[in-house]
Amino acid sequence: MIIGLDVGGTHTDAVLFGSHGLARDVKVPTDPDNLYETVLTALDRLLENQKARDVKRLVLSTTLATNMVVQNTLPPVAMVVSGGPGIDPEHFRVGEHYYVVPGALDHSGREIEPLDEAQVKEIGEKIRAAGLPYVGVVSKFSVRNPTHELRLAEVLAPFVERVFMGHPLSGVLSFPRRIATTYLNAAVFPVHRDFFSAVQETLAKKGIGVPIRILKPDGGNMNMASSLTYPAQTILSGPSASVMGAIAFAPQDRCCLVLDIGGTTTDMAVILDGAPVLAAGGIEIGPYKTLIRALQTRSIGVGGDSVVRVRDGRISIGPDRLGRALAYGGPLPTPTDAFCVLGMADGGDRERAEKGLLPIAEALQTSVTEAAERVFTEACREILAAAQQMVNDINSRPLYTVHEMHEGVRIQPDQLLVLGGPARQFADRLSSLFPGQVRTVPHWHVANAIGCALARTTCEVTVYADTARQVVTAQGEGYHEKIPSGFELKNIREVALDLVRKKALARGANPEFVQTEVIEEAQFNMVRGFYTVGKNIRVRAQVKPGLIHGYDPVSETLNRSDL
Amino acid sequence: MLRATHKTGLVFFPAFDWAIDPTHPEREERLLYTQDQVFEEGLLDIDGIVELKSDLVTIKDIQRVHFCVPDPWAVITESHLISAGGAKTIGMAVLDGTIERGFALVRPPGHHANRVVHGARGFCNINIEAIMIEYLRRAYGIDRVAIVDTDCHHGDGTQDIYWHDPDTLFISIHQDGRTLYPGSGFLNEFGGPNACGTTINLPLPPETCDEGFLYAIEKVVLPILDEFKPQLIINSAGQDNHYSDPITNMSFSARGYAQLTSLLKADIAVLEGGYAIEGALPYVNAGIIMAMAGLDYSHLREPDYNPDRLRQDADVTRTIEKTCNYALEIWRKRSSIIHTVRQKSGCAERQRQIFYDTDNILETQQEQIRICDDCAGALRIDSVSDRGVRILGVQVPRKACQACIDQARHWYEDADRNVYRHIFLQDRVKDQYLERKI
Ligand SMILES: [Zn+2]
Ligand SMILES: [Zn+2]
Ligand SMILES: [Zn+2]
Repeated sequence: MIIGLDVGGTHTDAVLFGSHGLARDVKVPTDPDNLYETVLTALDRLLENQKARDVKRLVLSTTLATNMVVQNTLPPVAMVVSGGPGIDPEHFRVGEHYYVVPGALDHSGREIEPLDEAQVKEIGEKIRAAGLPYVGVVSKFSVRNPTHELRLAEVLAPFVERVFMGHPLSGVLSFPRRIATTYLNAAVFPVHRDFFSAVQETLAKKGIGVPIRILKPDGGNMNMASSLTYPAQTILSGPSASVMGAIAFAPQDRCCLVLDIGGTTTDMAVILDGAPVLAAGGIEIGPYKTLIRALQTRSIGVGGDSVVRVRDGRISIGPDRLGRALAYGGPLPTPTDAFCVLGMADGGDRERAEKGLLPIAEALQTSVTEAAERVFTEACREILAAAQQMVNDINSRPLYTVHEMHEGVRIQPDQLLVLGGPARQFADRLSSLFPGQVRTVPHWHVANAIGCALARTTCEVTVYADTARQVVTAQGEGYHEKIPSGFELKNIREVALDLVRKKALARGANPEFVQTEVIEEAQFNMVRGFYTVGKNIRVRAQVKPGLIHGYDPVSETLNRSDL
Repeated sequence: MLRATHKTGLVFFPAFDWAIDPTHPEREERLLYTQDQVFEEGLLDIDGIVELKSDLVTIKDIQRVHFCVPDPWAVITESHLISAGGAKTIGMAVLDGTIERGFALVRPPGHHANRVVHGARGFCNINIEAIMIEYLRRAYGIDRVAIVDTDCHHGDGTQDIYWHDPDTLFISIHQDGRTLYPGSGFLNEFGGPNACGTTINLPLPPETCDEGFLYAIEKVVLPILDEFKPQLIINSAGQDNHYSDPITNMSFSARGYAQLTSLLKADIAVLEGGYAIEGALPYVNAGIIMAMAGLDYSHLREPDYNPDRLRQDADVTRTIEKTCNYALEIWRKRSSIIHTVRQKSGCAERQRQIFYDTDNILETQQEQIRICDDCAGALRIDSVSDRGVRILGVQVPRKACQACIDQARHWYEDADRNVYRHIFLQDRVKDQYLERKI
């Protein structure tokens, strides 16, 4: 059996999933000040009268790391960076203990300025004196040549508990993002380690021995051991849980818009031909732009409990939420009250809702019922407008080759998948506004937790080869090999696919069902003085985000003897 | 946090799958390391720098500028539509006000493409700056435009297209044509009889350093721009003046290019040449972007940058000073020069041979312009290539007077069908392009 658990801002959802499909689901309120208790409460309730040892897989999505970043409660860590020519690295400062040191590499990874190790040692002394247990080290172009980062880590190791390097985090080029990502990794580490170790220990006492898996914002998961190396990759995983919950129901040959409508916000994403669309850069959170791979999502402050007002004779919804709807004892009118007035809600105090909407109706010079209709329609319109904006953003991503321009695939969703608390009510109205099919995702109230339960283990690698220098590297993987000068794209493709497979297995993927693919590849002749001296080859490969093998979305059952 | 003081747009179209041929300087790899540098510096993440997706130009956009023989499809590839489209995208964004300035980092380049196109010259097929400018004039009602061509090669194609246009100031700063392709761009090339002085050439001696370039910009380019008062300044931003460029002999540095960009304050920059793809382009392009956005570029330098080795010879300095003074004098005396140029009234003629080095074609051209004080003048071009195709191209200029419109119509309608394979009329007043059929 599989457990999927998604800690949300207001609720924590958990499901137990077995060979016959969804066996049990629970919803408990989230206590943001005690996520550990929240998680354990949900798990206890989920496992009442169940055999703990039947649990073969357990995937968590938490707001732990996200909250630390958003609430600015990250502990201080030191950063040592070497940039060389370009933008002054001082502009990318994170935290108080940020040191810029000499040392530079060029775009091909050739050293153009050595490190000053004596100076680095002095900095090490300062970091120790300041009592900082963690340091992040980053150099510009380290993904082309990690030597400087490796050496910085070596020199600083005696002064701290643990050193975090930039190059293993991503093969993507961006020095500022590498700095931010390394910093978050180091800063999130202690709390992440303590939290999940505690959860793991407690579960072990209950008889659940399988290692915890943690959801990532790209819709995949990694095991606990990998998460200690990349703890920042658990930030902002929430929206991906919902998308993965919807993905089983998205047709393989169409473009679907996923709407997860909650109390405070609506999160949206696009599933193209059965696979979620990934964001072009990494996630952005608070002041940090990172290299953390994520699904392309967008969140707007329109949800069931968003405050409804009339401004200049027009309805405005959100972006704030001031507690629950009036019908459930809240302070101000909300879309949920509109449902209640229109007789679409299960329960709730209809009288209170009507009374609350009265000022809105008066301001609009109409009846309460009509006002409720208009609130409802406006909420749907705003959600669809934001979704269209996201689709436009995806369509306006720059392309770099004539071939891509020629293909010029523009996406336009023709199907809507709705999930979340008020999914049923919204789906009804959305179908009159959206030019395509509108469906609610089965088990829409806990589809996010189902998404956690069924998400695959994912990862990616970037391989860079230079046949003139006869080297192939995948820095994040610690891979650095000699190659014959005759190597071509197809050889490097094999290297990349092999590496991504190994990485997925290390992260906990099932060796029998790893599906790898190449997502980007290019090969350039390197010409020096009118002669071709070799080839510059770049390949990115990934395990495509998706659901685990054996899940059948039609019968909603799982055909896996090992789970 | 880092923030651009001028909102700057970039179109980055490296055309990673297009080359003239595999070992040609204009090949797939050319902007690869520039892309690496731009991405690794995080330039596209900076607040106030936005990356725009390149649009395509249309055949109509091309025909507003060129006479393509026998038609545009025969002389271009899709990559030309995209690279010109990149320039157009930047131009539109500037005029729409979504960005303050912009840089089209695109290839293939365009400044050696003349008005008549039989094939590719100097790696160029169509003139991407001119196509952008004429589109902006049509769509946004822009009138006065200045182009400052800082590529190491003379921008002979752009010069040809604007030779007769008094509303377009074309200034080319380049390595002396006696020492480099295309062998033109001398001080005495200052525009046709209706547009004397609005073409300005500043041929600089080999080994000119940052100092010499910046001197030419400050002493000649900026004062003339001030007086001309263009609504738009366009920089044909070639980067082959770099000290490490393999096909030229100048000594300009990345920081020099950034300083030039800061001084020029162009609204739009369009990438032209530059073939030191590893050692120069990544740094020069990063420098231009930073300068356009108003960011501090004092930490930017090439790995092998050595300012002591890039000091200018006293001889070089003297030659540059002389050239600059002479160019300024032509500019100041432009209205009196017009009278010497117009020896007779009616029409002026010039006969030329144009070599298409990339495609190995020789074109012979007979050009006639109606001398006119009221507009840029009706233009008639009789062009034949050594492949035997002879065409007639007639142009009605923008803002044409009635007499010039009549003259152009007359040329177009009376041309002998037995002489010309194609007879074209480019009517910029009606924004039409016609081919006369039997
Ligand atoms: Zn030039
Ligand atoms: Zn050039
Ligand atoms: Zn006229």
